[in-house]
This record gives sequence, C-alpha cells and structure tokens, in this order.
Amino acid sequence: MKVLVAVKHVLDYNIMPRIKQDGSDVDITGNKMGINPFDEIAVEEAVRLKERGIVKEIIAVSIGAENSKDTLRHALAMGADRAVLIQTDAALQPLGVAKLLKAIVEKEQPDLILLGKQAIDDDSGQTGQMLSALLGTGQSTFASAINIKDGEIEVTREVDTGNETVSIKLPAVVTSDLRLNEPRFLKLPNLMMAKKKPIETIVASELGIDFSPRLKQTKVAEPPVRKPGVLVASVAELVEKLRIEKVLP
Amino acid sequence: MSILILAEHDGKQLKQSTRQAVTAAAVWQLPIHILVAAEHADVVAKEAASISNVARVIKVEAAHFSHPLAEDVSAVLIKLAPEYKVILGGHTALSKSVLPRVAALLDVAMLSDVIQITAPATYVRPIYAGNIFATVESSDSTQVLTVRGTSFEVAADGGNAEIIRIEAPAANTTTRWIKEEKNVSDRPELASAHVVISGGRSLGEQFNSLLDPIAHKLNAAVGATRACVDAGFAPNDIQVGQTGTVVAPELYIAVGISGAMQHIAGIKDSKVIVAINHDPDAPIFKYADYGLVADLFKALPELNAALN
Repeated sequence: MKVLVAVKHVLDYNIMPRIKQDGSDVDITGNKMGINPFDEIAVEEAVRLKERGIVKEIIAVSIGAENSKDTLRHALAMGADRAVLIQTDAALQPLGVAKLLKAIVEKEQPDLILLGKQAIDDDSGQTGQMLSALLGTGQSTFASAINIKDGEIEVTREVDTGNETVSIKLPAVVTSDLRLNEPRFLKLPNLMMAKKKPIETIVASELGIDFSPRLKQTKVAEPPVRKPGVLVASVAELVEKLRIEKVLP
Repeated sequence: MSILILAEHDGKQLKQSTRQAVTAAAVWQLPIHILVAAEHADVVAKEAASISNVARVIKVEAAHFSHPLAEDVSAVLIKLAPEYKVILGGHTALSKSVLPRVAALLDVAMLSDVIQITAPATYVRPIYAGNIFATVESSDSTQVLTVRGTSFEVAADGGNAEIIRIEAPAANTTTRWIKEEKNVSDRPELASAHVVISGGRSLGEQFNSLLDPIAHKLNAAVGATRACVDAGFAPNDIQVGQTGTVVAPELYIAVGISGAMQHIAGIKDSKVIVAINHDPDAPIFKYADYGLVADLFKALPELNAALN
C-alpha cells in the first residue's frame, strides 16, 4: 500500500522565536529551520510500516517556499521514496493547506495519509481533521499506536481520560502524537542517498485552488512576564510563604 | 443568529470546559445554545439547561454517541450550522477532533486554543508553544473556535433553558469505536484543580508514594512531565504541558522538574508556582515564585510532614 506523509518546514524547536520590530509577526529570517517534530514522527511511522512489509511506497509532501525542500530531504533520508513540494511563497493557513493536500491525495490515491497532530509554529492542530473532512475519509487524531490489517487501521489515541482505540476503513487520515514512536537518527549515507531521490515541484497557484488566508494576524506580542521569584532555604520556610500567599487549603 | 457550544461530558456530568466555553461565548451577546450528544442525554441536558445565560439545550441521542466519534459529532454540527453565527467548544480532545472538520465542511477558518476574545471576531491565541501571543481577526460568516478553559471563568448555575430534541444523523460507516482504557483517579481533575503537584522522571518508581500523600492533604491533582510519562512512571493523561493538559491552578508545585519549554507553556498561568529541584540551574527556577534547591527524596517527606 501507499502512504502519503505531509511534512511542514518550521522554525527549529530549540529556537526561541523573535518578534519583528513592528510587532506584525514572528521573525524567522536567518534562523535554523527543520521538519515539524510531530510530522517527523509521522514519517518514522510510515518508514516502520515499510520496513515491516506493509507499505510499498512513501510519498512525502510539503507545502511552502523553496526551502521546504530541506524538510523533504529529511523525510527522504529517513526512508520516504519520493517527495512533492507544492511551492508557494504565500502565507498558509490550515484550511488552505488541507485543500492543497486534497489535490495531491486525489492525484496519488494513497491508502493512508499521515500527519503530525499539530505544527509547532502556529499550534493550530487542524490540518489532518480538515483534510479528512474534505476527502470524506475517516480520521483519527493523537495516535500513539497503529496497527493495519484487513483494509482497516486500528489506532490507539490519546484522549483526555486515557486511551481510546478506533478502527478506520482505509483510506484514512491519522495524526501522530508524541508517543507513537521515537524518530531515527539520520545517518550520513542516508542523507547522501536522499539527495538522489526525486523531489517533484508543483506550483501551488497553478492548481486552481483558493488557498488564500482567511484569518488576518494583526499583532504578535510576548506573553506577560511573571514577577521574579525567590529562593527559600527550607521546606518550613516554603510552607510559611505559601500560608502567607493563602494558597494552601 | 445564536451561538452553539459543543458540550463535553461523560454521560453523567458536564465537564468544566463546557461552562468555561459558556463564559467565553458571552462576548457576542447572542443567545447561547448547548448541544449535548449522548446515548442518554437527559441528565447532562438538565445540567446544561441550569447554567446561567444559556437559552437552549439541544439533545441528540443515539447509541453511537455512547463513545462519540469526530465523524458523527461533526455531522450533527453541520446539520445545525446554518442557524449559528459561532460554533465553539473547549480545547479538549473531542472538540479538537470535531471542530476542524466542521470548519472545513463550512469552508471557514478555525481558531484553536483561544485565550482571549477582545471583540466578536478578534481573538488572542498562543503560538510557538505559548511563547508568543497572536492577535487574529476572522471575517468568515461562521466563527469556529476552541477556547482554552483556564483563560475563562466557570459559568455558574442560575439558568433555566428550554430543552429540545433533534434526530441524530445515521452513524458514519468509516470509523468505529473499539475500546477505551480510562485512567480512574479519585483525585480532582487536572484541568480544574485548585492545587496541582507534578513530578518529573527523577521520582522514578517512587512517583506515587512520594506525591500521593501530599496531593491527598492539599486536595491536589497529580501531574507529570512528558519524560516521566515516557519512562512509564505516570499515565499519559496526567501529562502537564503544551502537548498535554494546560493547567492554571492557584498553586502549582513542580517537583524534580527541570522546566522544558513545553512544560512551562502548560503551567505559566498558574497563580503561584513552586519548584523543588536539586539542580540550582534548572530553568524552572526562572518561572517559579518560590524555589527550593533540595533533594526531593528528603524534601517531599518533609513537606508531607509540614502539612500536618
């Protein structure tokens, strides 16, 4: 079977975002970028399915500017077979991304679509569910374990009260949570090999899809800072302070 | 036009997130309706009808709502959507799964994890793990959003809404529920507790034996870091942080927690943060109101004794 994995090129998770001087947006210029960590988990899962002989082909897809190819190369080095960049320099929001991904899904006809549960830049956590709704397939969010058999995928999901298991007919959209797996470390030979794997480029504006942003970001700001704290010398002193604060029942 | 809130419940009782969504919805000054999808909705619908400021409760009952799936719940919301200006829910696993589907099928944008509604279509929401707050305007005809519970007061009782019943659309044919493993605890719910005590991986096998007695005395919920959960010392549903549960209690006690960015993002609205850690350089001390540099295996029994 064929798996499509959507990957987003985002600011590296170790970097504290800076705000542009005019307060209009986050300034990411010149910063280290990389694959969205939740998407990396999705790629890893696809590669493990291939290693177990369940999956024949993995296609990594990214939407964004030319530099998103770095993230596609990362997915290829992990084990994806080929990659597609839907190229645009325009601002992207989940609904537009879901519509663009739908076009690729219709072209490629994968049996399974894997995505991270959210991107660590906008933290929306919407794209997988939106794509599933637009495609009319079943969905499962926050996956921590998956098992494929008899044309269905069984997914264990992390929900507020514990775990829930659902079974979805393929094709299906599944979004990965942190505990689905631990992505592999990229080895140099794999990185070199990834350079030879094909990346197809499709110009987003030529797909005839309206993916223009619906939301207008008017301002970004840093959250209010907490007042500096104090160190206490002992448990007794700590309890005394908390009694003064009246936070102990 | 009115506002529709997707109720979160366990079949017997509303979750606090529903009442917090009611408070958030008040900004529109439009009638507030609550949708209760359940196998048997009477008890929960009555509770919803008693919330102050709620005008109508809509019951939708079907066997397949005993374990609601996103495909089925979104179908109900889509059916009701033309009557509504705003569709919202708490930032819970259910709403996070359902509402993006609704938005996509209505061809409108969605706003996740809203912490402030400054005007009827202007929202503040955290991005980059809560390190930045973005102000966003939506011009869509229907506003679809989830709201962060800890940012809105819990709406009190005092209402007497009408309760109506609608037919459920047929169950979807793609996804079926298999089972659930609920982690049962007699401690208060993490998202709504007044006191939360959380532990990191260094507590190891003594996680429960060290934290439980103190949690009992403080009537506190117990939380854990992602690393602690990954190591198998605590169940995943008590993970506190950006990727787990976001908390904002009166008192947050972090024990043996270094203070990873995603953990801090989930606790920084707490009123008082206490950190106990043996490492004086742990980043958590930058966020804590009171820090104690100590060996937690000594400090926790001492704290337990001091609370007598």
